[in-house]
Amino acid sequence: MSALRRAGRWVRWYVREFTDESAYERYVAHVRQHEGPSAPVPSRREFERTRADAREGDPREGFRCC
Amino acid sequence: MRNASPKSIAIWTAVALVGAAGWAVLALARGEEVSAAWMVAAALGSYAIGYRFYARFIATRVLKVDKTRATPAERLDNGIDFHPTDRRVLLGHHFAAIAGAGPLVGPVLAAQMGYLPGTIWIIVGVIFAGAVQDMVTLFFSMRRDGKSLGQMAREEIGPVGGAAALLAVLAIMIILLAVLALVVVNALAESPWGTFSIGMTIPIALFMGFYLRVLRPGRVTEVSVIGIALLLFALVAGRWVAESSWAETFTLAPSTLVIWILVYSFIASILPVWMLLAPRDYLSTFMKIGTIGLLALGVIVTLPTMKMEGITDFAGQGDGPVFAGSLFPFVFITIACGALSGFHALISSGTTPKMMQKETQVRMIGYGSMLMESFVAIMAMVAASIIDPGLYFAMNAPAGVIGDNVQAASEAVKGLGYTISPDQLAAAAKAVEEHSLLSRTGGAPTLAIGVSEIFSKVIGGASMKAFWYHFAIMFEALFILTALDAGTRVGRFMLQDMLGNVYKPFRRVSWWPGLLASSAVIVALWGYFLWVGVHEPLGGINQLFPLFGIANQLLAAVALAVCTTLLVKSGRLKWAWVTAVPLAWDAVVTLTASWQKVFSSDPKVGFFEQRSVYQEAIDAGKVLPPAKDMDDMHTVVTNSTVDGVLSALFAVLVIVVLLDAGRTCVRAIRKPETATLTEVPHTESTIVAPAGLIPTKEEKAELAAAGPAASEEGSR
Repeated sequence: MSALRRAGRWVRWYVREFTDESAYERYVAHVRQHEGPSAPVPSRREFERTRADAREGDPREGFRCC
Repeated sequence: MRNASPKSIAIWTAVALVGAAGWAVLALARGEEVSAAWMVAAALGSYAIGYRFYARFIATRVLKVDKTRATPAERLDNGIDFHPTDRRVLLGHHFAAIAGAGPLVGPVLAAQMGYLPGTIWIIVGVIFAGAVQDMVTLFFSMRRDGKSLGQMAREEIGPVGGAAALLAVLAIMIILLAVLALVVVNALAESPWGTFSIGMTIPIALFMGFYLRVLRPGRVTEVSVIGIALLLFALVAGRWVAESSWAETFTLAPSTLVIWILVYSFIASILPVWMLLAPRDYLSTFMKIGTIGLLALGVIVTLPTMKMEGITDFAGQGDGPVFAGSLFPFVFITIACGALSGFHALISSGTTPKMMQKETQVRMIGYGSMLMESFVAIMAMVAASIIDPGLYFAMNAPAGVIGDNVQAASEAVKGLGYTISPDQLAAAAKAVEEHSLLSRTGGAPTLAIGVSEIFSKVIGGASMKAFWYHFAIMFEALFILTALDAGTRVGRFMLQDMLGNVYKPFRRVSWWPGLLASSAVIVALWGYFLWVGVHEPLGGINQLFPLFGIANQLLAAVALAVCTTLLVKSGRLKWAWVTAVPLAWDAVVTLTASWQKVFSSDPKVGFFEQRSVYQEAIDAGKVLPPAKDMDDMHTVVTNSTVDGVLSALFAVLVIVVLLDAGRTCVRAIRKPETATLTEVPHTESTIVAPAGLIPTKEEKAELAAAGPAASEEGSR
């Protein structure tokens, strides 16, 4: 059972990393670590918008091949 | 190998034997049908040896990857685009970014020469050229904080080579988009099922975009699951539509589809990324990974036998109906992605290097991903080879050769040296619930037939064939349409950048007039080639695919020239052959192909000869088949001229880059002190992470020594 649960956790972790769903938590952790635990962070909504708009600015980011 | 253990020697001997057995059976089989198992064995055995020995040699001796050196992700970590990413996640990202329609289409077309030439090129090419290019480009870009290929060409070779490289990238993008769009048109034309399901992806993507933007920002996994479910429903619903009175509405002629695709691409490329592009990206990535995984599983479970010959007569004579020209150089042009693809250099020198955790991981990410893509190409070759050769040629020869009914097609196929009865042709179309399979060029429908053959053996049997056929069509069309949107954006961005040199506001991406105008220009450029391809009497794929192949290999030449220059400039002249040999091969192939496309006296191969043959006929008032009337004749003349000029332009660009790179290399060898490298200086790395997929014993010890956080990371 615990092996199964570990495998399940691993898959969840992998899928969240692969889809970049974990980007927000990663960013918040990054800011907290470098600017102190009470540093201001954007809300998830703001963060995701900024990320989408960045791709607008340079479409080469995240470009996929034929 | 000085201290190789007996166990390791035994394992690698076994791997070598498996690969060798595969090659032996493939090479020696004459006349009998060969199981695809041998092809899989030859591929996997060769990949394992290439990865274990050659890639490791390049990493340790040539590039001298340094685990004490911090990567850009470690130094510049900002939690957004620069961040050290787990190697297994990055492998997934990088593979998803490089693998697309390319490795699936090329091998299908190359199968006209038999499965053997293509298979040899896919496997040998990837080990010595394609994977090397990806890995070395990734390494050098990583040492330059993730600079793009164009920037590296300008800074390390010189302004002339850099400008030629930039122009080449834009020209290639245009041809690439036109050919991909042509593949979709050929797959969806006259197919209400396919057209309806693909059309439904637009509202599905809009819904997903709205969900992610407004309802639950960032919840990618859940929205993807919803999206995939809706997608599969649209696929099932496609059959109902095709059987209902709506079928008429979704049965579109090729020229109507062209208009729709152009309108869609233009609108999609000016909409905000979150509305269509981002959600479509998620959908197509999941579909891609899922289908490729299923295909690998299906091939390995069913181990089908190949009905195509190892080498057909078209290989030597060069008069095949799918594309003209002999084995050398055209097999090496037709199969680009999967063996050597210049486009990968754009991915290896952009997003991925900014996310590398350790330098030592370039082998796994760069070389390993490309081996995986090569295996995708092998599976495409299997899928094309297991279908009846008669059906293969009826599907892939241009309409001018095949005719428009099953009787004529059966006769035409007989003329090519294969047999298939009119009834069999009709039955094949009926089995997948399509009106006709005749002359469905472009590779996607053929691949879909092969895929439906394999999948239906695993799930559902013959009754599921039509579903799996449309599943495969949907999966190809989905990510090609996404590529059209994304590619138009990249082309527009490059055009805005160039025009910005003349008139400043163009460079501001938010300046609407500039944005609309440059988007329209890019769509019009590839739209022109798409329109031409659809109306080409000689067959659009037949005429345009070689141009696409030449363009892609040209970009590979640019990338390999940059890599070779960098090896020489950084004092690794002794090892420069690692990229110089593939570069020489690629240059010979590309330039021979361009030469033949420009100067060949065979009107099927040489564009200008073709032009003059048709022009003379026009002057004499004659109509040459496959043209049907004088309009067709004029179309052929115009198209041959444009295609010929383009082939010549590509060749000139690659020669400029090669000469400029050669000049830089010679100067660096003569006066090593003048060679300036823009490499970022060494900074000590504090990250501890394994180099390969499975940590070695030493790496496990290092992880344990580095503390609980690192060792948890490693065991995850």
